[in-house]
Amino acid sequence: MKYLDEFRDPAFAKTLSEKIHTVMTKPWTIMEVCGGQTHSIVKSGLEKLVPSTLSIVHGPGCPVCVTPLDIIEKAVLIASKPNVIFTSFGDMLRVPGNSTDLLHVKAAGGDVRIVYSPLDAVTIAQKNPDKEVVFFAVGFETTAPANAMAVWQAHRNNLKNFSILCSHVLVPPAMEALLSSAQNRVQGFLAAGHVCTVMGYEEYIPLAKKYKVPMVVTGFEPIDILHGTLMLITQLEEGRYEVENQYARMVKREGNVSAQEMIFKVFEITHRKWRGIGEIPQSGYRLKEEFSRYDAENKFDLGLIDVQESPLCIAGEILRGMKKPFECSAFGKECSPEHPLGAPMVSSEGACAAYYNYKRQEVSTI
Amino acid sequence: MTNDISQGLSCPLPIDNYATVVLAHGGGGKLTHQLIEQVFKKHFSNPDLDLMHDGAMVEVNKGRIAISTDSYVVSPISFPGGNIGELAVNGTVNDIAMCGAQPKYLTASFILEEGLRIDELEIIVESMANAAKKAGVLIVTGDTKVVPRGKADKIFITTSGVGMIPEGRNIHPSKINAGDKIIISGTIGDHGMAVMSVREGLEFESEIRSDTCALNGLVEAMYHASSNINFLRDPTRGGVASTMNEIASSSNKGIRLFEQAIPVNGNVRSACEILGFDPLYVANEGKLIAIVSSVDAEKILAVMKQHPFGKDSSIIGEVTNEHPSVVVLQTVIGGERVVDMMSGEQLPRIC
Repeated sequence: MKYLDEFRDPAFAKTLSEKIHTVMTKPWTIMEVCGGQTHSIVKSGLEKLVPSTLSIVHGPGCPVCVTPLDIIEKAVLIASKPNVIFTSFGDMLRVPGNSTDLLHVKAAGGDVRIVYSPLDAVTIAQKNPDKEVVFFAVGFETTAPANAMAVWQAHRNNLKNFSILCSHVLVPPAMEALLSSAQNRVQGFLAAGHVCTVMGYEEYIPLAKKYKVPMVVTGFEPIDILHGTLMLITQLEEGRYEVENQYARMVKREGNVSAQEMIFKVFEITHRKWRGIGEIPQSGYRLKEEFSRYDAENKFDLGLIDVQESPLCIAGEILRGMKKPFECSAFGKECSPEHPLGAPMVSSEGACAAYYNYKRQEVSTI
Repeated sequence: MTNDISQGLSCPLPIDNYATVVLAHGGGGKLTHQLIEQVFKKHFSNPDLDLMHDGAMVEVNKGRIAISTDSYVVSPISFPGGNIGELAVNGTVNDIAMCGAQPKYLTASFILEEGLRIDELEIIVESMANAAKKAGVLIVTGDTKVVPRGKADKIFITTSGVGMIPEGRNIHPSKINAGDKIIISGTIGDHGMAVMSVREGLEFESEIRSDTCALNGLVEAMYHASSNINFLRDPTRGGVASTMNEIASSSNKGIRLFEQAIPVNGNVRSACEILGFDPLYVANEGKLIAIVSSVDAEKILAVMKQHPFGKDSSIIGEVTNEHPSVVVLQTVIGGERVVDMMSGEQLPRIC
């Protein structure tokens, strides 16, 4: 398949792998920020191709994993209401809230539908004027333009029965939260290619300077990740801490300006709670005042939500790159993709699920 | 028999030439008989069925028989490359063939939703008859029930089948040995993505078509070439990944797959990339996985490639004593990973 096979070429991968081995003279710890990269690394078995002294830790870039429990619980409550069609990306359906998950709400008779685009949810709202249609708007800067567009279209068509349950989060504040933590051990970042496709990478430059940490904006195919890793290791070995762009076929320095305009037409920056990490200032989007009638949290009276995380789950430490999934005592025992205790075991982009699905054999021999 | 109520009868007789299925079609009375005569018998007719007894009484040879049953609830009921009827015949024929048996007889049981158009039903029944003819099996008995509108989705079909196992054929996980080769009979993921692309309204340069077909002919050709066939499975729901895991766990052997050797159609790969599916987990309805002794692997592969339903056959892996019960994939890029059983439901109602 064109534009994909080139980036999965075994001969090229071998060359890059050899170069990484040559360039690297001491152990380094790097983090890939995005869950899509985690998935790709584990799915293609890339860790076999890099030196064993390179520690790749998985970052907080899986939207399913960082969506806080109280928002999941709100989704469950809204989806259980009789006159509601609740729409969501498929991954969110299996995330356990406090009481249950959206799949069980569906089984109990709730109208929960998987959509591939928030605009599909707008269409559903147009076709079902007697129902309240809610879209579960989670994700990073990547999904924000389409979600903003959905609200914008609902607004233009004066749709009164459409709203979003919004839990948008932003990457740079999360990276800063990691870097400023006393326990941080990450020495370099593979920055998230899709987020930068939308937002560009200018906002990462002051971060790299302030914390003296190199960053390489990296794509998602195996060759992209190996190439990004080589660029990052080269910077580390040379003592540089710049922001470089490996994913230049998609990412421009200034990003996608019209997508950004759409985002800021509809959203404004706010504090956000991250599951497993806690509240990070200025780390998310919420709907602007003039669009508040599209905010499901305003539309539905949900009362006070009191939620408790499983005491066994160490999702927070995993999302901050402090521990690997198999260092969790519940991994593969009390917690599995069929019975997840925490969100990283649910999404295919979650570090725990990726380890469970693709690396269990290694884990069992450790 | 039709009553024309336009001819001025003073007492209107009940209508009996409905264009859609009504509850009375499942009531066991006149309308049931009419539906059986005008739709089912019309297409399925054979001496065993035409007896219209409570069950079929058929001849079997001495020896072992294989029995299988399966229900079909696919949505939509028609998709590029087939419909629920063909699927219901081919699916059960294939399950019998995977026992090393020669499928002979099928039963067919229908649950119809009130309001299903009779002409739509007839298209399905006709394609079942064609599929049975192609596979060389007879549909010898059946049943029809009708449920109120909304209590089913158009049509659900259950087929059961019986086949004869010729002397000397023995499909059993205990026969799988380290060193055996794993052959797939063609491209993977076609059926699942054909159904999915209709549901999602995806369009590609050329249509993705379901691979539904009866594999008993291919199995016979393979046995003709060699009896060193140790195991057969058709990787339907859950795809190749789930089937390989089942085999690894029932035989307590390790399985190594080579990603590079696994054939996937270009359009299926594209659709999978777009929708975020892994072709290894997507359903097939016309493919088999054979585990064969390495000495005869090339011979069996050559015969499969000659067959119309096996032309893209490929050796995709081997059995090993290492990592028992675990399936390991050597990735295109040169890495390695575990291939797990599918978790949850990837594509609901795919067959």
